[in-house]
Amino acid sequence: MKELRVSAEVEQLEKVQEFVESELEGSGFSMKQIMQVEIAVEEIFCNIANYAYHPTEGEALIRCSLEDDDSLRIEFIDSGMPYNPLEREDPDITLNAEEREIGGLGIFLTKKLMDTVEYHHESGKNVLVVKKSKG
Amino acid sequence: MEIEKNDIGDVLELRFKGRLDTGTAPQLEQLVKEDFEGKKKVVLDFAALDYLSSAGLRVLLLAQKLMNRQKGKMCIRHVNENIMEVFDMTGFADILTIET
Repeated sequence: MKELRVSAEVEQLEKVQEFVESELEGSGFSMKQIMQVEIAVEEIFCNIANYAYHPTEGEALIRCSLEDDDSLRIEFIDSGMPYNPLEREDPDITLNAEEREIGGLGIFLTKKLMDTVEYHHESGKNVLVVKKSKG
Repeated sequence: MEIEKNDIGDVLELRFKGRLDTGTAPQLEQLVKEDFEGKKKVVLDFAALDYLSSAGLRVLLLAQKLMNRQKGKMCIRHVNENIMEVFDMTGFADILTIET
């Protein structure tokens, strides 16, 4: 299990993505799957960066591992405001452009792109775990 | 991300290269605000765009709404398979005009 601790700010996104990608190098995940993981990482990390500690600052811990050489597991841990993004209602994707609202798309995409997304609140921390197998 | 701009009177063509994400979406948002007004048609060429997240979707929705309001057209060309999947998953494939 590898760990990366960064300040929770969007400027750190590239670093977080590189960290996760380094785990995927030579793992047999396709380019498409790697992009899907990247999107999920962006959506989750930016949510933490934008909201978890608002209006103050804090850190995020990202833990990443490959299980059985097949399944990528990423944990996002922050000590910000308790927030379960999975409780958010999915956006209605059948509405037309005028009616569409943009909120909630990030976590919705994450759920679509990853095999599983789980949240728990533990010792005062938000823990979000995503998994994706190369299938 | 690079955006190459080709302004031909009523028509605006934009060619994208790179990633449309949290970091670069504001670049497009600014361009939408400054250059889309009064255009009858805007063409977005995604041939060299290889990544799109919800931050990009947000600006594309903003752009589409603006074009709808001014009774103009916006179309997106040369969308790669991975980005098309993001459009399909989020229902954006039905909101946007995507030319194959």
